[in-house]
Amino acid sequence: MKAASIEFRQVTKRYGEVVAVNNVSFTIGAGTLVTLLGPSGCGKTTILRMLAGLELPSAGTIRIGGEDVTARAAAERDVSMVFQSYALFPHMTVLENVRYGLVVSGKSKPRAEEQARVALETVGLTGLDARLPSELSGGQQQRVAVARALVLEPSVLLFDEPLSNLDARLRRQMREEIRDLQQRLNLTVVYVTHDQSEAMAVSDRIIVMDRAVIAQEGAPRELYEQPRDSFVAGFMGDANRVRGVIVRRDATRADVTLGPITLSLPHGGAADGECEVAIRPEAIELRHDGDAPLSATVKKASYLGQLMEYTLDTPIGALFVISTAVDRPLAVGAPIGVALANHGVVVIPNATRTP
Amino acid sequence: MRDTRRPLLVWLAVGAAGFLLVPWYALQDSVFTLGWVAHLATREAAPALLQIFVHGRGWLAPLGLLLAAGAAVATVAMTDKARANALIAVGATGFAYLFAQGFLIGPSGWYFESLAATLPAPPRGQFGMGLGAALVVTAFGMLFSLGLAGRGCFKGDPFVTASVVGVTALVAVFTFFPVVRILVSALQDNVGAFSLSALPDRLFTQKIWGLGCVAASTRCGVAWNTLTLAFLCAAGCTALGLAFALIATRTGFRHKGSLRVLTILPIITPPFVIGLGLILIFGRSGLVNQLLEYLFGWQLGRWIYGLQGVLVAQVFAFTPIAFLVLIGVVEGVSPSMEEAAQTLRAGRWRVFADVSLPLMRPGLANAFLISFIESIADFGNPILLGGNFGVLSTEIFFSVVGAQLDQGRAATLGILLLVFAFGAFFLQRAVLGSKVYTSLAGKGDSGLPTQLPDGVRRLCYGVALPWAAFTAVIYAMALTGGFVETWGRDYTLTLRHYTKAFGIEWTAHGILWAGAAWNSFWTTVRLSAIAAPVTAALGILAAYLLTRQKFVGRGAFEFGTMLSFAIPGTVIGVAYILAFNVPPVEITGTALILIVCNVFRNMPVGVRAGMAAMSQIDRSLDEASTVLGARGFTTLRTILLPLLKPAVVAALVYSFVRAMTTLSAVIFLVSAEYEWATTYIINRVVNGDYGVAIAYSSVLIVLMLAVIGAIQWLVGERRLGRRAAGVASAGLGELGGSAA
Repeated sequence: MKAASIEFRQVTKRYGEVVAVNNVSFTIGAGTLVTLLGPSGCGKTTILRMLAGLELPSAGTIRIGGEDVTARAAAERDVSMVFQSYALFPHMTVLENVRYGLVVSGKSKPRAEEQARVALETVGLTGLDARLPSELSGGQQQRVAVARALVLEPSVLLFDEPLSNLDARLRRQMREEIRDLQQRLNLTVVYVTHDQSEAMAVSDRIIVMDRAVIAQEGAPRELYEQPRDSFVAGFMGDANRVRGVIVRRDATRADVTLGPITLSLPHGGAADGECEVAIRPEAIELRHDGDAPLSATVKKASYLGQLMEYTLDTPIGALFVISTAVDRPLAVGAPIGVALANHGVVVIPNATRTP
Repeated sequence: MRDTRRPLLVWLAVGAAGFLLVPWYALQDSVFTLGWVAHLATREAAPALLQIFVHGRGWLAPLGLLLAAGAAVATVAMTDKARANALIAVGATGFAYLFAQGFLIGPSGWYFESLAATLPAPPRGQFGMGLGAALVVTAFGMLFSLGLAGRGCFKGDPFVTASVVGVTALVAVFTFFPVVRILVSALQDNVGAFSLSALPDRLFTQKIWGLGCVAASTRCGVAWNTLTLAFLCAAGCTALGLAFALIATRTGFRHKGSLRVLTILPIITPPFVIGLGLILIFGRSGLVNQLLEYLFGWQLGRWIYGLQGVLVAQVFAFTPIAFLVLIGVVEGVSPSMEEAAQTLRAGRWRVFADVSLPLMRPGLANAFLISFIESIADFGNPILLGGNFGVLSTEIFFSVVGAQLDQGRAATLGILLLVFAFGAFFLQRAVLGSKVYTSLAGKGDSGLPTQLPDGVRRLCYGVALPWAAFTAVIYAMALTGGFVETWGRDYTLTLRHYTKAFGIEWTAHGILWAGAAWNSFWTTVRLSAIAAPVTAALGILAAYLLTRQKFVGRGAFEFGTMLSFAIPGTVIGVAYILAFNVPPVEITGTALILIVCNVFRNMPVGVRAGMAAMSQIDRSLDEASTVLGARGFTTLRTILLPLLKPAVVAALVYSFVRAMTTLSAVIFLVSAEYEWATTYIINRVVNGDYGVAIAYSSVLIVLMLAVIGAIQWLVGERRLGRRAAGVASAGLGELGGSAA
């Protein structure tokens, strides 16, 4: 396989009045797995479809492996795609499905079948060649879809929400297999999902989309720990957004007061004065001793088996907290002390609104 | 990029063959008999090149130059974009020039006086376009399409581009052009000069709009007759259809299966069979008349002829269609809504009156309008039973065929009929578009339909069951009437009519098809068998383009392909005569015009069946195929067509059967050489030869039943799971509208 890089330069897609993708630019390195993450309607699937050639951009340039493919038809791009619905041809057997791409591009049937068998083996699916898709389980169908895409040895492989039709347990297994396959075969993979934990688990980099533009782009850890705006902070996991005030700053860090607490945090370029601070639920420590910096009251408590979820009333606002201390649950109305960890509390540079 | 030049060279070769090798103009005999090979140098059969240099038809020369220009574009090195632009220019110019010269220069020189005055006269005129012209125009169309595809239109797919261009051109020539021609004819006086007063003069006459039947005892105008008949017929059909639909879904009626048989009747029945059956019962020597005369000495005479007869026949003929529309609607009323009403303490009658019936209202309106359209388009029943009661469709016929021979009047009446039909058609679309309460989302709805209140149930049974019995009697008459000597006078059993029509003799030279009906029978079967696959292919192709491709003008494209659905057959017939009787497209009197007419009349049903079936196939299947490297055509062939097989078969059967039983349009287009089964039967009836007519009709009905049964059986054997199950029946069920 010859993994290729991808470049989007100022790509826009309009449907009449609606702008689905607005002047988006990014590059994806060869042999990496990049996820397009965002809520439905953010334009992530449109980007994927433009990459596949199923939609043509209204403006801008798309390059694959350095070559301009902007106006090239889907059938002529060296790109394969695994569809959300798998899109297995219901009237063809597993083997016929997998060899289809080879046969339409002119390979002889025996050669195509041989390659198809290899691809099926790669995804761990042997002995089901003669089955129809309707006779397979969801996970097996998924593997056939992947094999069908792989067999063409594409320079770019696309996944459109590939796990959304699987149950939770299988989802975890399949996402590990996809990541494993990508690493093993050194593929360039673009992966679309709206599930941030799935994105974090499989990706080298994540591109977060919001309303037709890129909200932020980076490694999973970067996005979680240094969200650039309120949307990314909220989309990359739960976040308590509270109002703080920057009182003193140097080049990278600032002293931020949150009610009675003052913390030293990286300011990320936020302006002086009022700012928005995101506190991850796991960054909040519950203290039973009396000298915690914040005193709070339990407003709601839910038992989830391996952890407890609490909503607390505090002087800096309502806070959503998770606790692993399942054996010592707090009752609603109980007083509790709260402290903030150094990790998991960030100033959001481009806050869209102060809470 | 794949090599885009190979298809280009292929089509240029086709164009060159059309220009250099085969006759340019249409021949007297079929071009496929190859009789022309010996006469290739004559001015009738010469190819375009010889026409230019030997026969002085120099105006064809630019076409040759344009083809040469196309060849230059294909061979000279240039950028892809420049080549695409050049192809668009050459293709479009060639296409336009070819039609322009055809419409400007007729058999005896310039078509228009003004041109003749200013330009030198061409040395001689020209005939209708033939095979050569067809090949060249196809080549230009393909060059244009390849150019568009090269520019990235239709995602750069040449097959899709060529399909859109091709279907558009065909619809333009065979649907739009005739309609425009009929409009133009209405504005011409009888010698062909344009006159703005011609249309209103012809349109506003006592014969059309007179109200004599209301005030005095004279006759009313045909427009009022048509509307009155259609209104009464639609009301009757809707009421009866509703009764049948309620019985089929909301009662414990045991023979529901036999009710379903009703729905297949109008497809297989030639449009005048009901009329024929009524004549056998109520006509001058019909059973009822004779019985009453025998018992009471009453002389009823010709009482069945007139509004009452046509109305009864039409209600019989079109109730199944209303039933078909309404059964879907009645089934679609969600039982859970009725159950909700019941839990809110409504009794059965209140549930029916307050919930069920209002939910069916849009369906009732739809059934009414469809029956209305059927009634005004019907030709067979009015011509058999109308007597002095003229309607638009029969008046049009007599204007063209009868002693009047007034094409302008026919055109004017045709426009009026067209306006009525379009009015009802768009009203129907509006009704359907605005409120559809029923949801057929395929979501499981576990409730049971509520049973009808007793009073309503009794009413439905009381109306519907006798009517069903009566329908059965009429069909029985139509099937058995052919076995008696002379209906009304001599009921001796005989096979005389069948041997007269379908006699076969064994001679020394093999089988002799001695029966009088064989000629028209084989013509009909042969031409229908040619038309059916073309209809199905065009319909499915158009459906593919409409459901799977996005392009500018998609709405107009859909309108064009569906247009002929709303045009009554008689109007199409007149329009075709007017449009195709003279060059450049001169095909009246040939088999071609009959095929073309059937193809374009039945295509909308293929389009609708195809669209319904395709919308059930997930788009991601074709996208997957595309991403895997398959072009539009490969995807259509390997993925969609196998999944659409039931719909394809349904479209094939439907177009074959409809072509076999059509009457209203072909009656204008048949010739001595190419006679249609239905027109032959009508002629026998008009001559009072009922025996042969009935025998022939029953043969057609049995044949159609056999065809449908065989196909249903074959398709039923291999259904692809649930996805395809509904498609075959949906396809046949799509008939709604435009019988006759």
